[in-house]
Amino acid sequence: MPIISMREALNQAMNEEMERDPDVFLMGEEVGYYNGAYKVSQGLLQTFSERRVIDAPIAEMGFAGIGVGAAMVGLRPIIEFMTFNFSLVAIDQIVNNAAKIYQMSAGQFCVPIVFRGPGGPAVQVAAQHSQSLESFYANVPGLKVVMPATAYDSKGLLKTAIRDDNPVVFIESETLYGVTSEVPEEEYLIPMGKGDIKREGQHVTLVAWSKMVHTCLDAAGELATMDIEAEVVDPRSLRPLDNEIITDSVRKTGRCVIVEVGWPHCGFGAEIAFQVQRDCLDHLDAPVERVTSDDVPMPYALNLENEVQPQVKDVVAAVKRVLYLE
Amino acid sequence: MAQIIGLPKLSPTMEEGVLVKWIKGEGDAVEPGDLVAEVETDKANMDFNLEDEGVLLKLLVEEGDTVKLGAPVAILGEEGEDIASLLTEVDAMRAGGGQAAVPAAESAPPAAPSAAPPAPTAPPAPTAPAAVAAQPAAAPAPSSGRVLASPLAKTLAIELGIDLRTIQGTGPGGRIVERDVRAAAQGAPSAAPAVPAVAAPTPAAAVPAAAVPAVAAPTPAVAQVPAARETSLAVVPPAAPPRLAETDSDYRDEPLSGVRKTIAQRMLAAKRDIPHFYLTRSFDVAAMLAFRKRLNELLDGRGKVSVNDLIVKAVALALRRVPECNASFMDAVIRYHNRVHIGVAVASDRGLITPVVRDADLKGLSVIAAEVRDLAQRARDRRLKVHEIQGSTFTVSNLGMFGIESFQAIVNPPEGGILAVGTVVDQPVVVDGELTVARRMTVTLSCDHRVIDGALGARYLAELVELLEKPESLAL
Repeated sequence: MPIISMREALNQAMNEEMERDPDVFLMGEEVGYYNGAYKVSQGLLQTFSERRVIDAPIAEMGFAGIGVGAAMVGLRPIIEFMTFNFSLVAIDQIVNNAAKIYQMSAGQFCVPIVFRGPGGPAVQVAAQHSQSLESFYANVPGLKVVMPATAYDSKGLLKTAIRDDNPVVFIESETLYGVTSEVPEEEYLIPMGKGDIKREGQHVTLVAWSKMVHTCLDAAGELATMDIEAEVVDPRSLRPLDNEIITDSVRKTGRCVIVEVGWPHCGFGAEIAFQVQRDCLDHLDAPVERVTSDDVPMPYALNLENEVQPQVKDVVAAVKRVLYLE
Repeated sequence: MAQIIGLPKLSPTMEEGVLVKWIKGEGDAVEPGDLVAEVETDKANMDFNLEDEGVLLKLLVEEGDTVKLGAPVAILGEEGEDIASLLTEVDAMRAGGGQAAVPAAESAPPAAPSAAPPAPTAPPAPTAPAAVAAQPAAAPAPSSGRVLASPLAKTLAIELGIDLRTIQGTGPGGRIVERDVRAAAQGAPSAAPAVPAVAAPTPAAAVPAAAVPAVAAPTPAVAQVPAARETSLAVVPPAAPPRLAETDSDYRDEPLSGVRKTIAQRMLAAKRDIPHFYLTRSFDVAAMLAFRKRLNELLDGRGKVSVNDLIVKAVALALRRVPECNASFMDAVIRYHNRVHIGVAVASDRGLITPVVRDADLKGLSVIAAEVRDLAQRARDRRLKVHEIQGSTFTVSNLGMFGIESFQAIVNPPEGGILAVGTVVDQPVVVDGELTVARRMTVTLSCDHRVIDGALGARYLAELVELLEKPESLAL
């Protein structure tokens, strides 16, 4: 099976879906002639022409709105944000139009649109460009929110997102574009709302998505040297959320640590913690723990930037807390 | 004006009580001093008398309920009074774990005089709609101290049959967590009930034939059946060994009664905090038994003096002779008691109770005999008053009637000592170089070493034995 990067996997997904369905088109800043700010749309312009791979001006509200309108009349737009931080300029289109129109038109218009691009901190892009906005979007009924962690998941989930008749917020990670995994040549789809056990273990459940899956896998490796077997559960999509895979795991391990790169206050991990305590109360041996970024705007300095985000040592420490090993 | 009646303090140490029985019912009129209920406290069953007069408008607890000190138990007022707002107040008190203000400060305005009982015709106060009053009380507070345990630990404890109260938690703040329960489960003795060896079906090879009489040996069931049907058979077939069905539980959990809780706390504290030592002596009881026989002849049916009564008297007199042993360790001081009050340990179906014979050194044997008999009977009937089980300065515990030859008792704090009395045994003894048989009894004195040293305890036992071997001294 070929081993490819997440960047290539996303590229394959768009390529295949545009091949498969002439209504699918890609629009965003630098997606065409520049092949994408992170080269995710490499070669798509050559394959599908300017008609379907459209370089947009720096006007997110405008091209997100064009996308919503196109979706309402039957097309399947992929709107790329250079980073999801810029989606804040377009959030009115996403939240007030894309997420609402199906319900407010009594089902006359569905909005089959994908908003995609990298989210979360990269490296030294400072406070305004390092935000994790999944908790914002996952809060909104009418949206679906997908956050893949591997090349395999990215391809299967993006294809599903493009085919979905609802608006999907598909948040990638700049730091994961180069992460590779085995991706089959034959076509496959991964449904939303279906999580994945990234590593099995019986002592503690680590719940993480996107970049934090890898932090948790590293932590699990370190914990294994202390004879602690951590189970890493990746829900892959936050809305819909595979509650069952999380609660099944917590019922097995009796302990739960939720790791997210977002802020602590009202972060999505709090929602998972609620579900876990509701569904697993009798199985919990310790309070549910969360590891998040610090409750501050991201500093620019590299040492501080690293310190603010959840690191392997933070995850290990949280695991020790729920195992009463400190 | 109606008022909420709270559970009064019926013993100095009670924090809660079980309302055993309502003597008065709803609608009954009561006078000051009337007995309205029996309450089991940590010490004994107590009478709950009311100080006020009125009509019991509402009983707020049911028989068998455990009630916190001061918690509402009844509403007392005048016939036909509207108690809706009081009931709301009761609910609020229960929800807040509060205590009854006795008497309650604000109650509903009295109903019109013509109102027919029991349905109040006066509208309820606007702030306390009847619907609210009718709501069930909030969930009752847990009856005892809270055990801190993780939910998983609790779930596991139920699965494994572990009593969380017996486990020391290792989590934050002493929280019992999974590993504590698992450790307890591994360390705990098997939950299987101890079955006496003879009752268990014995494999033939395991026990020598002589050890088990043939008739007691469990017979194979098949052989037993025809025998059981032959009613004319002289030999009664042995009962089948007790057999538990597969579905039977391996154990039975019974909540602690107030008495059992008190025994557990006091005995644990005594054994933990008091440095015990034990002095054992045996002595000839021929004279004592003869003396007792003579006394009972004299009484001629007007009472009866037991060996134990003689011992109680002797213990008391010996304390007069060695007053240093009639003492309590009180942390800062040693308290020497000027009076001699002897506690007499009595077995009841609820556990050990120790009623007190006051001034036993001053009382005649027939008085002691009558008192002990009365106290023991009422201890078994749970009718002792608190003052009758408090204030002893020394205790006698006698297991002679159960054939126990000697044993070591636990000091009953704050007393300095306790005497454990065994049964009368015929023993070979050497008298003037000749082997002969004597009737002897063994007593063991348990001492609180903080108060009584070895030599002092030995001196006390010597005086005691002197009194019992020359029992006429008890009549002096």
